[in-house]
Amino acid sequence: MVTTRRSGNSPPRLPALSLKSLALVLISIVIMFADSRASHLDTVRQTIGAAVLPLKVIIDTPARLFDWAEAATVNRNTLARENRRLKNERMLIAAELQRLTALEAENARLRQLLDARRQLTREVRVAEIMAVDANPFRHTLTVNVGTLDGAYDGQAVIDAHGVIGQLIDPGLKTSLAVLISDPGHAIPVEINRNGLRTIAFGTGEIDALDLPFLPNNADIEIGDLLVTSGLGGKFPPGYPVARITSVTRIPREPFANVEGTPVAMLNQVREIMLVEADAPTLSESPADD
Amino acid sequence: MTRRNAIPAWGSIVAALMLSIVPLPDPVEPFRPDWAALALIYWTIRQPERYSVGKAWLVGLVLDIAQGTLLGQHALALVAVTFLTSRFHLLMRVFPLSQLTVTVCALLAVYQFLLFWINGVAGIDARAVSYWGPVIAGTIAWSLITGLLSGLRFKLLARG
Repeated sequence: MVTTRRSGNSPPRLPALSLKSLALVLISIVIMFADSRASHLDTVRQTIGAAVLPLKVIIDTPARLFDWAEAATVNRNTLARENRRLKNERMLIAAELQRLTALEAENARLRQLLDARRQLTREVRVAEIMAVDANPFRHTLTVNVGTLDGAYDGQAVIDAHGVIGQLIDPGLKTSLAVLISDPGHAIPVEINRNGLRTIAFGTGEIDALDLPFLPNNADIEIGDLLVTSGLGGKFPPGYPVARITSVTRIPREPFANVEGTPVAMLNQVREIMLVEADAPTLSESPADD
Repeated sequence: MTRRNAIPAWGSIVAALMLSIVPLPDPVEPFRPDWAALALIYWTIRQPERYSVGKAWLVGLVLDIAQGTLLGQHALALVAVTFLTSRFHLLMRVFPLSQLTVTVCALLAVYQFLLFWINGVAGIDARAVSYWGPVIAGTIAWSLITGLLSGLRFKLLARG
């Protein structure tokens, strides 16, 4: 039965098929080179990306509906409790902010005295993570803003607690962001306590960063907070990145084994913020992958 | 007739693309079957004259964009897999389910190996263990789905 069905419409003969496959494989290799070396293919990516957008939106819809349903059906007591909690929180934050305004003014005055200028407030845009899983080989997120909303390659992504990562593949309406825990990612940081600068590498584990370039005699302790140093120009300075969890000093080795855990909730957030970096003032090697 | 027949195939391919970016809970995540590869293998076995390397390449490009991998990575792997399937489709048609499942497992292994290889050349660091989950899960998914589909077909045929 199988053979009779086949006789009607003959499949392509083997040499033609081999040639076609070979040609396609070669084209793929060329494209991969072009894609990995530089951003020659951004327009191609964006064009096909626009075609994929409906798929992403459809996939994201159930999660959104669920959020909406949850918000619509929440009972009055819960709402009241949440409202009370938020009011308290707001009061505490407002109190903190009073102090901050004074400090900010003082800081600006001091900077003026030192003739240094660096803006302290910067543009922040709120975005949402789409319920779309992407690249299986890297730690990435899909974000619901794109170049049409003003997002750009290398823009820093933070949540309420600290730095999450940066945008790597901005599409028209959605973008891909790489997390600081991706093994190919590095971020310039400094220790908040003493200003010691170093670089934090992703490890591939969601809760661990590696700091390989700290000498054995570096002044670093468990619990130290790492903040972005702003060197490299991609991440604005002063945002919390990680807390040191382990410091192992090995006498024979030049560098200590130091690990930290990100302060941002890398795998739990839905609302995130995109921060504009200012023009790089100090040029060091960029913090890109 | 051709128009009507194209709908299930493209429908399943689009569904496969969507399944490959649907979020999964973290523990299940490493065991996401390669749905696009499975759908293309299936349609290449059934209609090699219509679904072959050219369409596989296009689907691969879309998959690369959707997942944000290196452009051309999945395209190349899918071309290789459909080429092999197309080459041996007559054999695979007469295979019993057990043998067919083993063959599909081998094809999925080739697919993942190509992805692994390209990642290695491009310097993308992913753990070697993470390439085995999709092969195992894909093989299981294949045997379940084809078993189900063929059972359904026999039932429909028997009913006339």
